[in-house]
Amino acid sequence: MNFLNLLSRMPSACAQGILWGLMALGVYITFRVLDIADLSVDGTFATGGAVTVMLIIAGFPAWLALLIAILAGIAAGLCTGLLHTKLGIPAILSGILTQFALYSVNLHIMGMKANQTASLKKYGMIFENGKGFLVSSRYIPAAIGVGFAIACIVIFILYRYFGTEQGSAIRATGSNAAMASAQGININNMKVLGLSISNGIVALSGGLMTQFQGTADVNIGRGAIVIGLASIIIGEVFCDIFFRKGANFAVRMTFVIFGGVLYYVAMTVILWLKMDPNDLKLFTAIIVAIFLAVPYLKNQAKTSFGRAAKMAANGKGEK
Amino acid sequence: MLKVRNISKTFNPGTINEKKAIDGLNLSLKEGDFVTVIGGNGAGKSSLLNAVAGVWPVDSGSIELAGEDITGLPEYKRAKLIGRVFQDPMMGTAPDMWIEENLAIAMRRGEKRTLKWMVTKQDRELYRERLSELGLGLEDRLQVKVGLLSGGQRQALTLLMATLKSPKLLLLDEHTAALDPATAAKVLELSDSVVERNNLTTLMITHNMTDAIRHGNRLIMMNAGHIILDIEGEEKRHLTKKELLDKFAEVAGHQEETDAVLLS
Repeated sequence: MNFLNLLSRMPSACAQGILWGLMALGVYITFRVLDIADLSVDGTFATGGAVTVMLIIAGFPAWLALLIAILAGIAAGLCTGLLHTKLGIPAILSGILTQFALYSVNLHIMGMKANQTASLKKYGMIFENGKGFLVSSRYIPAAIGVGFAIACIVIFILYRYFGTEQGSAIRATGSNAAMASAQGININNMKVLGLSISNGIVALSGGLMTQFQGTADVNIGRGAIVIGLASIIIGEVFCDIFFRKGANFAVRMTFVIFGGVLYYVAMTVILWLKMDPNDLKLFTAIIVAIFLAVPYLKNQAKTSFGRAAKMAANGKGEK
Repeated sequence: MLKVRNISKTFNPGTINEKKAIDGLNLSLKEGDFVTVIGGNGAGKSSLLNAVAGVWPVDSGSIELAGEDITGLPEYKRAKLIGRVFQDPMMGTAPDMWIEENLAIAMRRGEKRTLKWMVTKQDRELYRERLSELGLGLEDRLQVKVGLLSGGQRQALTLLMATLKSPKLLLLDEHTAALDPATAAKVLELSDSVVERNNLTTLMITHNMTDAIRHGNRLIMMNAGHIILDIEGEEKRHLTKKELLDKFAEVAGHQEETDAVLLS
């Protein structure tokens, strides 16, 4: 139990947290803005990584590989959206189907291998040759800086977009579909659009994470949705503490990234405490379940049949 | 303005729940007509409004609005011509968005949603002005989430949103039924003034016979998916609740059960 050892792991945790936080931003758009739990992200995250690594190996500059990875993510989101809106499959099942199919697709992208490595030695960093990796675990301070800069850009673009007529139409669709429809908004198109944007961001995050590790893995996205939800919830808890309910959209998105960082810091501490890494997922699931349950339980505590019965039994309900 | 020709709609056809909601209905509205719609439960009042709004396609017949055949258009495409206020005050507004954002959504009804910034400065002035006409103090709360408003406030806001861009047709579907009597009266009064000011063609469903008589220039009564009574002008102005009931009994005859529903 060397505390210095824990400290030395923190920068890496922060870098990974920011990159995963970007993924959580994508989840935020579906889960909070569109009010859909989109499970395709587990597959899309790996797709982003697979496309990025294969294109780098094929000689593309890493930044261009990332942009194409975003397009691949958008295509995946489009599939989920069309399954849902054109074929009438419930959103959650559409996501599961896309995720399931993407496993095979990702293997095909990676030449039927479960993982593919692009060596840092061969391709270098972007600040060395202009076309190398944007982030790497070998250059952690730079990775934090680049991750932070990209997060700022994405947040800025999303903030602007959701303030436009079109972005607001997506928000209205998530908030009240009947109202959106009555106001002339094509809610099906808005859902497809939202899912595409979300998955594009998730693929961007997957591509960055893969560069950070130097390896694309077909299983890297497993449980991404849960990590995304954990980041969102942790971020929201802190956002409410600092801003009450008065935070604007940009601040709330910033806290989602912050939630991703906190999640990775927490995971690092848990590993440092010598807990079995195999238990991490169980641990994460329990945390997410607790935080998702808190608003409901709070409400229940205020008004429940059990409480009503108690009040009646004590005679307090009489007056 | 509105021409509904021989429309029919059957729900759950071929099943035990089969229900003929509208049965060969014809209705024609002139520009500026304010028509109140009454009838018992299941008479087809809401189905008529939903058919016109395009919530679902009709089985047969055609609907024409402002010279355009809209029979084949989905709800979101008809929205450019139609403003609507629902019975449920929660249904007409987006609770997670600000008052000004909701109004901005309504301001672009029927237009392409572009990448322009949604709430502009001059828009905001217009919203403030129109909100102040409601007399609810909402003009000072432009950046408050609509979910925090009361049912009456939300219904008044929905009414404003439905008429912000003057629609060719305004559909009011028992829009005061879920409000307390005082608020309901206030919202009805607002409806009257906004309809009058913009000379809007309006269809209003109500369960309240007195309201049906007092408002609008024409009254129709529905039963079993048809219009069974259509009174307008001078005749409507002198209509009493008693006469209306007698007329209903005369036309519908034996259906005393529906009588009881109407009286409520």
